[in-house]
Amino acid sequence: MTKPSPSPILPLEVTDLTVAYHEKPVLWDVDCAIDEGTLLAIVGPNGAGKSTFIKACLGLIPTAAGRVKVFGKTYAVQRKRVGYVPQRESVDWDFPTHALDVVTMGRYGHLGWFMRPGKTDRDMAMDALEKVGMAEFARRQISQLSGGQQQRVFLARALVQDADLYFMDEPFSGVDAATERSIIQLLQELRSKGKTVIVVHHDLQTLKEYFDWCMLLNVRRIALGPVDEVLTKENLHRAYGGRSAFLRS
Amino acid sequence: MIDFDYTLTTVVLGGALVGLLSGVFGVYALLRKQSLLGDTIAHAALPGIALVFLILRVKHPLALTLGAMVAGWLGTMTIPAVVNRSRIKPDTIMAVVLAVFFGLGLTLLSVIQKLPTANQAGLTKFLYGNASTMLRQDVHVMAAFTIISVCAVLLFWKEFKIATFDADYARSLGLPVRWLDMVLLSLIVVAITVGLQTVGVVLMSAMLVAPAAAARQWTNRMEIMALLSALFGMGASISGALLSSSITNLPTGPSTVCIITLFFLISILFAPNRGLLWQWIRRRSRHGEITQARLLEELYWLEQNHEPRSHYHEVRSLQAVNHERIDRYLDTLVRQGWIERSGAGGIRLTSVGLRQVETTHAEMEGKELL
Repeated sequence: MTKPSPSPILPLEVTDLTVAYHEKPVLWDVDCAIDEGTLLAIVGPNGAGKSTFIKACLGLIPTAAGRVKVFGKTYAVQRKRVGYVPQRESVDWDFPTHALDVVTMGRYGHLGWFMRPGKTDRDMAMDALEKVGMAEFARRQISQLSGGQQQRVFLARALVQDADLYFMDEPFSGVDAATERSIIQLLQELRSKGKTVIVVHHDLQTLKEYFDWCMLLNVRRIALGPVDEVLTKENLHRAYGGRSAFLRS
Repeated sequence: MIDFDYTLTTVVLGGALVGLLSGVFGVYALLRKQSLLGDTIAHAALPGIALVFLILRVKHPLALTLGAMVAGWLGTMTIPAVVNRSRIKPDTIMAVVLAVFFGLGLTLLSVIQKLPTANQAGLTKFLYGNASTMLRQDVHVMAAFTIISVCAVLLFWKEFKIATFDADYARSLGLPVRWLDMVLLSLIVVAITVGLQTVGVVLMSAMLVAPAAAARQWTNRMEIMALLSALFGMGASISGALLSSSITNLPTGPSTVCIITLFFLISILFAPNRGLLWQWIRRRSRHGEITQARLLEELYWLEQNHEPRSHYHEVRSLQAVNHERIDRYLDTLVRQGWIERSGAGGIRLTSVGLRQVETTHAEMEGKELL
């Protein structure tokens, strides 16, 4: 039996999250609460713990302290409502498989043990490829795709998961301007359907245009809020140190 | 000579099983970039075989294989255990495990050599492999392990694949990747220990890696790669076993490895798309196309800037290609009807050639390359 909760159930609620590699803290005491239908960018300098934050939310790395709640429960319980786009560089693209097969992997979580993906799964994968404009490359060996195309394959794989909350680790890296625009359109579409999307982003220039919310991170959470309120001179200085002067031109 | 009724069938069956297993699991070792792991496992298995023999004093096939597996598995599990708890790199600990276990195995073998039993001689076959001394019982044991392992691969195909391709993503979906890795690693240990008797400790790693590396050249699909790898493994292993059975004092390991190396070389050189020959031909033909296009282009501009337009040009005035090889390219262009030669050795564009250049220009403009 569940008690009626006093506040609405948030897609993501993180409290006191701390992660350390070899005794060195990479994330320190990070709190955040994200409302439904938010398009949130995580920004910060290299080594700020942006990817680590996502991985910790997904339970991929051990945490030293803190709690992560996805729609009010632990990630392990809610994982079918969560989609993930890892960094493109995290896999070997010379792996012997084609685009459609990679996208079909997004269905593995729903399939269960021993079950092979069937026609419905492949159809769903094909639809997702269509959505990212990659239908004609379905049978293309993945090493023969450009960086932007590989990124779109990963995006399609996450779409197939049909999730309510998405974590995306640098989906714009190695992507040309036109592809970046079509990806952000897709993300905004997801948001308009009430989905929550959390994206590790690098480009401060496009932040305001693309996202509504932003978390500025540098081991600690520097700021969290609407992009306008977060991108102050003072906050940027706290996140990027001396480099902020030339970052904010 | 080969006794066709018993020895031959035993050798062929045993060879086929070894090739099948090492072929299939070599695919995983290769795709996980753990090619050298096979060498460590094979060497680590030796003390297990020797210990079991020291205890039982008979060459019981199942017991010896199990001994090899336990020792190989222990050696293998040492690697992640040390890597996860220290800053020692995997290659370092792999080298240490290999040397320590193999050294222990050799020491135990020399102890066995001094035993007063008549039974010990056959154990050295585990070093270099000897298929001809295989018995039906050995084949039965190998068959049992092969069936179990292949069933496991068929059952966990998609799980093993995603854990190999993108472990983090697999874990985010809720797959127990650590456990899957353990099972897969254990199956690789099984594949290697099953092959030890025929191929031997020293060369077993080649049997694991070479068929998979050869198969990768021919296909971009993991399913087909596994199938091909199994076929290559079986082919090499059977013919290697037959070769060593018909030549006195030729151990099976070296003969098998020679054959699989041949498969590997052929694949590296001649496979379509990934093969070196294919790549060389493609590079050359692309180079030729570019040179021809540049020659046409140059002629086109020469004609634009000279009156009258139909004037023949001297070959010497062309800069697009160095002059030792220019004739070959010009000949091709003449054959295609894009240029024509005058009796005095001059050249000019034909009307077809002119249209060709203009089409190329239009195409490039379409792609905004100009």
